[in-house]
Amino acid sequence: MEWLIAGVKCLLVILLVLQLSALMLWVERKGAALIQNRIGANRANLLGIFPVNLGFTNTLIADPVKMFTKEDYVPDGADKFIHSLAPFLALFPAIITFAAIPFGDTIELAGRSIELRAVGIDVGILYISATVAMGVYGVVLAGWASNNRWALLGSIRGTAQMISYELAMGLAVVSCVLLYGTLDLQDMVRQQGQMLFGWLPAWGVVYQQLAFILIFTAGMAESKRVPFDIPEAESELVAGYFTEYSGGKQASFMLADFAEVVMVAGLVTTLFFGGWQIPYLSSQGLALPGMAVITVSPLLVSLLQVAAFLVKVLFFCWLQVLVRWTVPRFRYDQLMNLGWKAMMPIALLNVFVTALAILLFGEVA
Amino acid sequence: MSADKPLTPNRDGADPLSEIMEIQMGPSHPASHGTVKFNLRLDGETIVNCDTEIGFLHRGFEKMCEQGTWTQAIPYTDRLNYASPLINNFIFCEAVERMCSVTVPERCSYLLVILSELARIADHLTCLGMGASEMGAVSAGFYMVEARELIYNLTARVTGARVTVSYGRVGGLRHDVPGGFADDVRACIAKVEQVLGDCEKLLERNRIFIGRMAGVAVMSKEEAMAYGLTGPLLRATGVAFDVRKAEPYMLYDRFDFEVPVGSKGDNFDRFSVRFEEMRQSIRIIEQALADLPGGPVSVDDPAVVLPDKSEVYGSIEGLMNHFKLVIEGIRVPEGEIYFSGEGANGELGFYLASDGSGRPYRVRVRPPSFYAMGALSRMIEGHTVADVIAVFGMVNMIGGECDR
Repeated sequence: MEWLIAGVKCLLVILLVLQLSALMLWVERKGAALIQNRIGANRANLLGIFPVNLGFTNTLIADPVKMFTKEDYVPDGADKFIHSLAPFLALFPAIITFAAIPFGDTIELAGRSIELRAVGIDVGILYISATVAMGVYGVVLAGWASNNRWALLGSIRGTAQMISYELAMGLAVVSCVLLYGTLDLQDMVRQQGQMLFGWLPAWGVVYQQLAFILIFTAGMAESKRVPFDIPEAESELVAGYFTEYSGGKQASFMLADFAEVVMVAGLVTTLFFGGWQIPYLSSQGLALPGMAVITVSPLLVSLLQVAAFLVKVLFFCWLQVLVRWTVPRFRYDQLMNLGWKAMMPIALLNVFVTALAILLFGEVA
Repeated sequence: MSADKPLTPNRDGADPLSEIMEIQMGPSHPASHGTVKFNLRLDGETIVNCDTEIGFLHRGFEKMCEQGTWTQAIPYTDRLNYASPLINNFIFCEAVERMCSVTVPERCSYLLVILSELARIADHLTCLGMGASEMGAVSAGFYMVEARELIYNLTARVTGARVTVSYGRVGGLRHDVPGGFADDVRACIAKVEQVLGDCEKLLERNRIFIGRMAGVAVMSKEEAMAYGLTGPLLRATGVAFDVRKAEPYMLYDRFDFEVPVGSKGDNFDRFSVRFEEMRQSIRIIEQALADLPGGPVSVDDPAVVLPDKSEVYGSIEGLMNHFKLVIEGIRVPEGEIYFSGEGANGELGFYLASDGSGRPYRVRVRPPSFYAMGALSRMIEGHTVADVIAVFGMVNMIGGECDR
């Protein structure tokens, strides 16, 4: 039974990430169209059934079918094995990262208490840092194995970028760890359920605005999207490190990028925006400040919390789409300057100030 | 790149980082609109050397013009700078008119100015929009293309075509503008102005965008002049040279407008100069619309202008006139002329030679992009691969015009 529950949870999370990533493709296309006064993707509609094309048929059926039925081309002189391995190495870490992110409180079901996250790792944040760092292998190997100079240039850019921004991200995470005093993401979320001054939800962003901006920015750099899309920079490097990929393998790279978008949204939600917490709502019921507690069924609360988590994740996914279609892209040297000369020192300072504050005032949260 | 050549040659202990990477950007590359090829030699991301190859779009424009009558050359001029075909039309016609000593009616001149400036705005919108979207600001690019679309629709309403307009004629215009033209233009430029305001916020005050553009590909006044640059590229370096002011043609001396100049001669100045020029063009259009006179749009000269259709079908003189003009062409007096006007990219000049027959003896174009492409490698050497895109976007090479 334990195994079954674990399996179902894993399946849920994988499906969540994959479906969200696939949907992100549609959100991105439609969002871009919305921003640019266009109509956007509206062609694929299953038998014309849906009066309003919600894009599900587009992204969940039409696009994958199209991608996977295309010729899978491996260029001459490419290292066939590594060329095929690279998309997997890019996609795999992006998907498994979500395993440590809690999407709900412990739920009481049929006499069992089930923790709503795929894997109960008590060093969740380290696990996330580790898996995010693994994403760079896909980029390096794709560029290297393609035997194409554009791809190589793209992968060199990508490697430098991802490694640089991981530092800023890691340091920003350190200040969060100092704040919460734990490496366990579920613990962090639980701590954010408290109230500050009796009315303000003690979400991470209240204490760590800098770390939020740093992690969100570095996360966007990790997912290689505008303004940080220099590894692919379609106008400069053709398509960057996946220039020589087609069909399903190319779809894997795209999916990996979108999975990272979802992951960044999940991470930011968990660390700074209360994860699955809904302000004033707990398993005891709704407790608005200065009012009597209204009892709500614990199961309903749990479900609402899962929904709240999803809503928050979707919001940050949308925010990333918004940023992506608003700003131009950095140049390579500017990107490196931003990473090393701006974000790194700020992150270090943030760690120092956080540590000092905790030393002076004791545990903040 | 050949497949059998490994990416990592055995260097016998030499520093692998000292290796220069040769890479060919184009002729089929996402950013090589206009079909051009850059043979780049890269040290990491830095460009050591850039060898620009043009000519992929050479169609023998100048030779083709010699095969037909003067009027039959007009459709070819549409295909020079295809982002602003009206300007090419009008400057070519003006050159021929000067050879024939024909002065077009006032209404025609006003319409030429209005349509030229609309075309200039469309050209700049294309250039800046595409330039921005190649730098990742795709949305701003779409806004500008949307505004350009309004101008194209207007052009289509006036001329019947979006790009291949062939609207100018020696001695006037093909036909008068449709009714409600002035209101359409006013509505169009009002929307364009709105888009300009939006894009100014999105780009001109965007730190990433300024960071990408400022200080890149700096050119001094002297250098720019030595390379023969004209138009926005020259004005960005601070030289206030604009053919419309320097040697006024059409009726440009009647209108009050400024020639925007840059101060540093970098990429950002090229961008802002174009941006400001659109505002100035709008000023010109507003003034021209305010006192657009009535009257005919073509001169009353049977030697250059086709007779009215009622005359062609109703009288033998009209029919003969039509026949002679179509088959033999306009008899341009023997001689030669160099006439230039301010195209969207700079000085667009036509050198025309006539032997007195109805066909051009020689047509030669001075395309502004050709000279700009000569300066391109000097501009981007020492910068990075990403800057090639930004600089090339602002140089705004138009294949049809550059390669002819």
